[in-house]
Amino acid sequence: MDFLLDAQAMTDFLSTSLRLSIPIIFAAVGGVISERSGVFNIALEGCILGGAFGAAVGAYLTGTPFGGLFFGLAVASFAGIILAALAVGLAINQLVAGIAINILMIGLTSYLARLILGADATSTLPGFSPIAIPLLSSIPILGKVLFTQDLLTYLMYLLVPLTWWVIYRTPWGLNLRAIGDYPVAADSAGISVSRVRLYAVLISCAMAGLGGCYLVLSQVFVFTENMSAGKGFIALAALILGRWNPIGALLACLFFGMSDALQLRLQFGSPDVPYQLFSMVPYIASFLALVIFAGKVRPPAAIGIKYERGGK
Amino acid sequence: MSELVLKLDGIAKLFGDFRALDGVHMEIERGSIHAILGENGAGKTTLMNILFGLYQPEEGEISLNGKVTKILSPRIAMEMGIGMIHQHFMLVDTLTVAENVALGLPDQGAKLDLGRIVKRLAELSEEYQFDIDPHEEVWKLPIGMRQRVEILKVLFRDADIIILDEPTSVLAPNEISNFLDGMARLRAAGKTVIFITHKLDEVEAIADNVTIMQHGKVSAEVRVAESDAREMARLMVGRDIVHDVVDRGDQKPGDIVLKASGLRARDNRGIEALKGVSLEIRAGEVLGIAGVDGNGQAELSEVITGLLDPEAGTITVDGEDITHKSVYARRHTHHVSYVPEDRHHTGLVLDFSIAQNSMLRDFRIPPFSRKGVINTSKVREKAKDWVDRYDVRMRNIDQHVRFLSGGNQQKLIFAREVECDPRVLVVMQPCKGLDVGAIEAVQRTVMAERANCKAVLYISTELEHIMTVADRIAVMCAGEITGILTPDEVTDERIGALMGGIKEEGVA
Amino acid sequence: MLTAIRYFYLLRPIWAVLIALFVGSGLILIAGVSPITAYVELFKGAFLDYWGLAGTLVKTSPILLAGLAVILPLRAGLLNIGAEGQIYMGGLFSAMAALLLPEMSALILVPICVLAGALGGGLWGLIPGYLKAYHGMNEVILTILLNFIAINIVSYVAGGPMMQEGAPYPYSEEIRQELWLPWIMNGTDAHAGVIVGVALAMVMFFVLKYSTIGFALDTIGKNATAAQYAGVPVKPYIVGVMFAAGALGGLAGTFEVLGLKYRLYHHFSPGYGFDGIVVAFLASVNPLIAPIAAFFLSGLKAGALVMQRAVGLESTVIEAIQGLVIIFVAASLGFKYNATKWSQFLLRRRKLDAEVGDTFAKTPKGDE
Repeated sequence: MDFLLDAQAMTDFLSTSLRLSIPIIFAAVGGVISERSGVFNIALEGCILGGAFGAAVGAYLTGTPFGGLFFGLAVASFAGIILAALAVGLAINQLVAGIAINILMIGLTSYLARLILGADATSTLPGFSPIAIPLLSSIPILGKVLFTQDLLTYLMYLLVPLTWWVIYRTPWGLNLRAIGDYPVAADSAGISVSRVRLYAVLISCAMAGLGGCYLVLSQVFVFTENMSAGKGFIALAALILGRWNPIGALLACLFFGMSDALQLRLQFGSPDVPYQLFSMVPYIASFLALVIFAGKVRPPAAIGIKYERGGK
Repeated sequence: MSELVLKLDGIAKLFGDFRALDGVHMEIERGSIHAILGENGAGKTTLMNILFGLYQPEEGEISLNGKVTKILSPRIAMEMGIGMIHQHFMLVDTLTVAENVALGLPDQGAKLDLGRIVKRLAELSEEYQFDIDPHEEVWKLPIGMRQRVEILKVLFRDADIIILDEPTSVLAPNEISNFLDGMARLRAAGKTVIFITHKLDEVEAIADNVTIMQHGKVSAEVRVAESDAREMARLMVGRDIVHDVVDRGDQKPGDIVLKASGLRARDNRGIEALKGVSLEIRAGEVLGIAGVDGNGQAELSEVITGLLDPEAGTITVDGEDITHKSVYARRHTHHVSYVPEDRHHTGLVLDFSIAQNSMLRDFRIPPFSRKGVINTSKVREKAKDWVDRYDVRMRNIDQHVRFLSGGNQQKLIFAREVECDPRVLVVMQPCKGLDVGAIEAVQRTVMAERANCKAVLYISTELEHIMTVADRIAVMCAGEITGILTPDEVTDERIGALMGGIKEEGVA
Repeated sequence: MLTAIRYFYLLRPIWAVLIALFVGSGLILIAGVSPITAYVELFKGAFLDYWGLAGTLVKTSPILLAGLAVILPLRAGLLNIGAEGQIYMGGLFSAMAALLLPEMSALILVPICVLAGALGGGLWGLIPGYLKAYHGMNEVILTILLNFIAINIVSYVAGGPMMQEGAPYPYSEEIRQELWLPWIMNGTDAHAGVIVGVALAMVMFFVLKYSTIGFALDTIGKNATAAQYAGVPVKPYIVGVMFAAGALGGLAGTFEVLGLKYRLYHHFSPGYGFDGIVVAFLASVNPLIAPIAAFFLSGLKAGALVMQRAVGLESTVIEAIQGLVIIFVAASLGFKYNATKWSQFLLRRRKLDAEVGDTFAKTPKGDE
């Protein structure tokens, strides 16, 4: 724990914490949008994976990270369309739909990645390098941590408050919140429940896809099968703990990122201790957090319930 | 005579072959309060749904402010100045009053401008003395205030005509006078109010004119000042309402079977629903519980049948304490049967067959099963037997219960709950949504159980039904029993007072 | 006619599989391989070849049991995504029993190991079951997190305390041969686990259809309020069914260890728990059809390697096709047979046909 005294070590620790939380933040904040409209989004995991796959293939084929970003968003949105078709259009059980998409994504991305990347699967892909923001990055410790990051991180800085603003300060966000709690009221006010939910699901999956893009284009610069490794589920836990609020979800993600960074540090510090004990920590932390706190928070009232116009 | 704001001429509405409305003619004066009076099934709500643009009439025309128009959708109705307030409010609990008003407002742009809405709401609230804080979240408001939020919603959208569907059915007795004052203020401001009701006293209290409907037709249109409750009741039902006392024969009730003392319980929102209820029922006796819906009757039935745990008080059956016993124990050891209010979500499993629903109660005991294995042939035998004797109309016993009519579903439930020879039968709102034939069947079954020396607790909001079967009638209001009478002691004023919360002496 | 339409709906999973295979052939085409050739090699290798069939049966054991682990709670309305973790815990407990308990006759020790495995999986199902029943928590996310935790626990144990001295990968000591499960096909790896699986499937079918427990579970699944009203103790049943489901998953892991690998490997399940989900829906939540669905899915997987060798197609295409299968099966859930609507439709058609027939009858032929 000596990093608390050393400025450089502290900076590294905070920086790692932030970087580890970013994919989860994208997914969790995206997930908030979908769940606030009343649609469970268990497919965040699949969308992260899809985004990562798309980013890798796009960067590989176009030679620039922006190509990767475009493809990553496309693949994640594709997953979003399927989720919306199943969960909103056909109105099947939303959890089953989400799990189906996760299984589909694992299969498709594994196969297509091998097919497209082939022998080049291990070579480094073009990615986003850190850009220091003038002035701000000179602030001691925090400047290095917050303002010497890459493009996608800066995008996240914008998207999170933007999401908050859209949900709480725009008419569309008001419709969203109404539909998640009492869709009948929104329907009688002339709002199309299925259309709002469709958009919510799409945006949600696209944002999770950005998380996957970050993994490939800003973090490891390569695609490996199943590289989402449960981040989508941690994002879900974070959004529940954050009480379905984008800022709350952000804070929960930062907490998980920090515990992940701590776990890595401890692992390096004690190489004799088996790594699994450490890598379990985020999952145990999520599980315990859910058990302790989730009983006290309530999800949007209409979540998971198929909306049918009943009545006379 | 003031000008007509709305006129309906020869309106008819068909659902398939069924004429829900036939030749309806109605004239509504501007700035008046117009009541539409009628019993269940008279067609009042269908008519309102036409005025509000949810349905289109097959025949007839509507004139608004002297011009013939078509009201094609609720949105168009609102644009024309017609605002509707439903019985179940269209409010999102977790949002504030202002946000609820803002929901669905046209021309809002990218930014949500609540400031302007708040200001206007404050003005309106002041003008009509509604006393609403636009920043308050709706879940914190009592029901009466939520209704006023709904009214503000339509006033905000410049409604001239305000339609209310059974507005007092959800209000507590003490909120009703506030509501009537609000109506008077709307009229004073020049608005036209139309409200649907089946309560004569409200019509007398506040309405200027009343259209009385019966079976989809208008039976009369009168000025309230020129008529009285008795005449209006007669026009509504088609006969003089005389409370006939059914001849029940000389049956003396036996020993006390069910006894409840000091029951206290909270509903699923944590609010106290039973505030010390005590009652007793003897063998061969029917105790009716009357009262406006929502005064603790549901909680009472749940506490007695074991679906809700009381906070205080005791319940005994044949002297044995069952207060904290499980549902299973109550059903099988102490022989308590229950016909619940909600056929679809409680009493039956809609996606099970008739045969499967028959064994829902007793599937764990012989003859339906032995040592954990279900005896399918016995189940089917019993189901067929019940279906025959209770006249359940169906295609076959493997049919999913979802496809039976309400009356037949209820007959099946009764068969199941009565054939097991209970000691206590609790029946909650058994005639809801049933036609006359089914209602008769239900009442016959209840009287048969009474003749068999069972103790029957009959809870209903329909006083007439209770009058036909009950030996004694207890009235509940706000979680307490306000009075107990025999059917021949019932008068409109006495019952009305008890239902309104005025307790009588000698009641615990 | 109505019956024919009803059967069409009942066969939805089959249509879903066919559509998935069709779309999958597109995926195969991109790789430059003929889909027909690929599928032929796949099915030959999986079902028609002695060794291939054995390979299929080897996989059927865990996949069938995992499928049963999902089907049972699904009848009560619970979505058990935790079969994977339950498999791991089952493998762990049974391996520990086999390796750590004192020497005993195989007749006693093998059942103990099996029970231990069932217990391990059962505990892993009990936890989310209890949290769901008594605290209303969503079992889906809990079981998913427990999966990761279980995988890590086994990985740690197999690479640490129980690891064989000097092993190049994380695996445990080998279990004594006396404790190995019997083989069912000479000279192959196919073991008795699959027979236990089929037997359990039949037991489950009888329990669900003819026992009071099965009726109670079905009632809870269709209408929990009515179940409570009927006097069924809903919460204990939910806990119980999740324990049983976990035990089934545990058995899947147990038989992998005792019947196939004879050691505790650190990542011994390549996602069988999730295959179980696919099987459950493919079998329309019916335990009697589960063995067929599991056999089919196992065949796809086992045949994939044969196909890879034969036509050079990446075997991961099967994972993609499996994904397509579950998507189309999920989509098929949205189409429900509505007898009333269909019979009304047919009635209208008949009326129309009759009217048209009348018109022709009234117009004399050849006149004017």
